[in-house]
Amino acid sequence: MLVFAVPLLWVGALGSAAGVIYCKHRSREMFVQLEQLNARRDNLEIEWGQLQLEQSAWSTQAFVERVANTKLHMAMPPPKEIEIIAP
Amino acid sequence: MKRRHSFDAPLSFRWRAYVLVALLVCCAGGLVYRAVNLQLVDHTFLAKEGDARFSRVVQITAHRGTITDRYGEPLAVSTPVDSIWVNPKELALAPEELPRLAAALKLDRQELARRVTSSLDRDFLYLARHREPAEAERIKALGIPGVYLSREYRRYYPSGEVAGHILGFTNIDDAGQEGLELAFDHWLAGENGAKRVIQDRYGHIVQNVESIRPVRPGRDLVLSIDLRIQYLAYRELKAAIRDQRAVAGSIVVLDVATGEVLAMVNQPAYNPNDRDHRVPSVYRNRAATDMFEPGSSMKPFFVAAGIAAGKYDEHSIIDTSPGFIKVGAKIFEDEHNLGAVNIATVLAKSSNVGMAHIALSLPPLTIWNTLTRFGFGQVTTSGFPGESAGLLPQSSQWRPIGIATMSHGYGLGVTPLQLAHAYAILGTHGISRPVSFVRVDSPPAGQRVLDERVCVELTHMLESVVVAEGATGRRAAIPGYRVAGKTGTAWEAVAGGYSTDHYFAVFGGVAPATNPRLAALVVINDPSAGEHQGGMVAAPVFSEVVGGALRLLAVAPDQPINGPEELPSTPIRSGVRTAAALP
Repeated sequence: MLVFAVPLLWVGALGSAAGVIYCKHRSREMFVQLEQLNARRDNLEIEWGQLQLEQSAWSTQAFVERVANTKLHMAMPPPKEIEIIAP
Repeated sequence: MKRRHSFDAPLSFRWRAYVLVALLVCCAGGLVYRAVNLQLVDHTFLAKEGDARFSRVVQITAHRGTITDRYGEPLAVSTPVDSIWVNPKELALAPEELPRLAAALKLDRQELARRVTSSLDRDFLYLARHREPAEAERIKALGIPGVYLSREYRRYYPSGEVAGHILGFTNIDDAGQEGLELAFDHWLAGENGAKRVIQDRYGHIVQNVESIRPVRPGRDLVLSIDLRIQYLAYRELKAAIRDQRAVAGSIVVLDVATGEVLAMVNQPAYNPNDRDHRVPSVYRNRAATDMFEPGSSMKPFFVAAGIAAGKYDEHSIIDTSPGFIKVGAKIFEDEHNLGAVNIATVLAKSSNVGMAHIALSLPPLTIWNTLTRFGFGQVTTSGFPGESAGLLPQSSQWRPIGIATMSHGYGLGVTPLQLAHAYAILGTHGISRPVSFVRVDSPPAGQRVLDERVCVELTHMLESVVVAEGATGRRAAIPGYRVAGKTGTAWEAVAGGYSTDHYFAVFGGVAPATNPRLAALVVINDPSAGEHQGGMVAAPVFSEVVGGALRLLAVAPDQPINGPEELPSTPIRSGVRTAAALP
């Protein structure tokens, strides 16, 4: 009985040790991947924030108004030139 | 036989060898015991010591929620920045790196050295806060020992001055200090997390050990503000303050149907992005925190009390002859003797005598009840920090002279927001809805505080303030829309009485009058360019802001665009082609 049990336990122990090593390795790999993805997310977040701010800077009412008035020569029509069409 | 020979030493020396062997065995035994003990029995000790050298608790800063206007335009955005900190103990080991670090940080070298050496007993010292991530990365890349980065967020307000008073601002640690940033701090602020990590000797994180507290990002906040109307109000108010050489001013625009604040601006304004040049006196959102005596713009609410009590209607005639009235020891007078006129004319010509007659004929409690129903003397439900409740004395303390004084807007205090809300109740034809700075998706049912008939009648009377011949509020007219409102010109209260050359110019009203959509209030404090009446100073601003807002909201006009000369009675015809110019 003991003749079979001891080698079996040996093999089992070695197998589980190999499993532990593999799992640890995988977890490290995945952690590295996670950190990379986190860093990427952070960078995208930074870019998103900057783009948002940039967009709102370009779409500031004061800026749009200035461009419309000076560059495009747009103006609010006087009331007598407005025609209202009821739906 | 040599060895044996050596043991043939004299007996007296042999015990030394035994003692030595015994000692060595004891030492070895002791070491083995200690090793076994540390590895098997007391293994936590070693683990702890190891961790103390490599494991760190790192704080994860939570992202503060974004504030947007009702259409999603960003009003306050947190973008990531890096703060640079050092461990002075580590940095002190490499003093030759200090000049390089100082140059990279654009700090004074001596100053930096002083700060580092004076904090040698600590493990943490901020060198620079809120630097651009790219710049911080360059500093980190210098590889100077003991220099670390921590991720934080900085608040940006893209609309700058335009929405400064509503939003308020945060401090350097991203906690709300003023305005809605303060009121909704719990909603916007996340919860910082913490994790335990293992670092190598360069300070790189090599393993996340455990999460101590998960980070909870803040929630976004959608305001009721319409940035387009907000900007329009800002621009018009700023221009009016400049042209009228006034000291201060406020505009509040409310959506009548939902109770939302669409715009709220004050002058002087400040830029919340600029942390260094803020003057505390300009932080104040005057529209919510400052009360003033509203003058004649209070009159409609006394008329409402009269109509509600069933004593007056649109056909009632008030005899204002001889143009003044003596109440107690005080004489109230009108500019001209108007004679016997209807209430619409009392309002249109802003007759103090007529108002005194109406108010004195009513029981004080009736007036007080009506004013309370309009929300005077109470804070609105806006939740704005520091909002004032205004001042409405208890009716039991009212004497005739006090009633006459109050009937034209003195002796009580209101905030611009309160007064705008009162006009909004008029606009809903008697339903009070809570004031909200947050977008309301389904309009609250509200509470009926006044009879619909009273409000409809009063609204119709208030139209004559804008259209009647010689009325005070003609400049509030908006092409294409009927306006119901009231002017107000009030002396500014100063210590010991009233200043007769400092005024509040006020215009409050609703539009379009047939089915009000917006209620707005304009207050301009101390105009000094010649004009000081509400009808001359505040009414044109009302016309511009509300007219623009109605156009932006695509509200259908309720009268031909050339505007009627008389009180309108016909509904708008479809496809009216207009040719006549405005009066």
